[in-house]
Amino acid sequence: MMVTALYITIAMVTLAVLLNVYRLIKGPDAPDRVLALDTLYINAIALIVLLGITLGTRMYLEAALLIAVMGFVGTVAMAKYLKRGSVIE
Amino acid sequence: MNPYAEYAICLLLLIGGAFTLVGAIGLARLPDFFTRLHGPTKATTVGVGAIVISSVIYFSTLGQGIGIEEILITAFLFMTAPVSANFLAKAAMHLKVKTTENSRGQPWDQ
Amino acid sequence: MLDRLSFPQPWLSLTLFITWQFLSDGVSGGSVVLGIILAWGIPQMTQGFWPDPPAFIKAWRMPAYLARVIRDIVVASFEVARLILSPRPARPAFICYPLELEHPLAITILASTISLTPGTVSADVSDDNKLLLIHALDAEDDQEVIDTIRARYEKPLLEMFQ
Repeated sequence: MMVTALYITIAMVTLAVLLNVYRLIKGPDAPDRVLALDTLYINAIALIVLLGITLGTRMYLEAALLIAVMGFVGTVAMAKYLKRGSVIE
Repeated sequence: MNPYAEYAICLLLLIGGAFTLVGAIGLARLPDFFTRLHGPTKATTVGVGAIVISSVIYFSTLGQGIGIEEILITAFLFMTAPVSANFLAKAAMHLKVKTTENSRGQPWDQ
Repeated sequence: MLDRLSFPQPWLSLTLFITWQFLSDGVSGGSVVLGIILAWGIPQMTQGFWPDPPAFIKAWRMPAYLARVIRDIVVASFEVARLILSPRPARPAFICYPLELEHPLAITILASTISLTPGTVSADVSDDNKLLLIHALDAEDDQEVIDTIRARYEKPLLEMFQ
């Protein structure tokens, strides 16, 4: 039963990733694209955690943790660049 | 495996996947930037949080202890989601992104 | 020289130290040493960014507030999911929220709470810390949103930061 639920969840998250990519390509403004990238990294964390459950190992959680930290820094840097035109003043 | 733990894991996984999908649908189909901001900040954060919690339950029933990494991931996500939403909203107001016709009120930029 | 060795933000230092122990996969001699170095160095480097310490007298009220916020996050996400999936177009609105809180940390907590709960995202704080710009996904009445936030979140925070 759990394997079925796992596969359904992976399918749903993958569909979510495709919708994010649609928004990333379509835009229409720069903030929309940054928002799509932000959602993409959060969905990537979900996919990595699901992969870890499927393979029964906790090794991948380190990578998910790093993506969680670095993705936030990236989003803030891009938002700051859009607002001010530079990241570090 | 304990059947109750298995039910809980399945339920959390499906809820998490559904919320992640709803957040992405919101991002794809809502009409302007400020309404799109709502999907990822709430639905996606809750969805990924549910998936991560199901991972905590799964590995603790396997007898591998309670994962610190999962708890740190959830804490980081819930702390950073409002901050990045706020930064993006500020950037969008600065760039004067269009809003839909039926929205009331005005964004201000300073 | 000696005052450079102090810990200007003891709670921040403690949080950093404990988080580092979690991150480094178990407590060992090396992680304790590096944790102490980080707990000393990061507050020193970021000292200029920290506002004055708040009058955080009623810290024991924090768990009750957090429990309420977590419950509201779950309820809010169901609400947002319903709005996203319903075919009728949403009625978004920008709302100016007059703040009663004064301390920057309290305003930050309120703004983060608003972003995570019922169909609202906080967008900006005015320069004089008097107004908060909120974007609501589906608002019938501005005053209703303001009253809800005032009663549910700002009142407990006001009691905490008095």
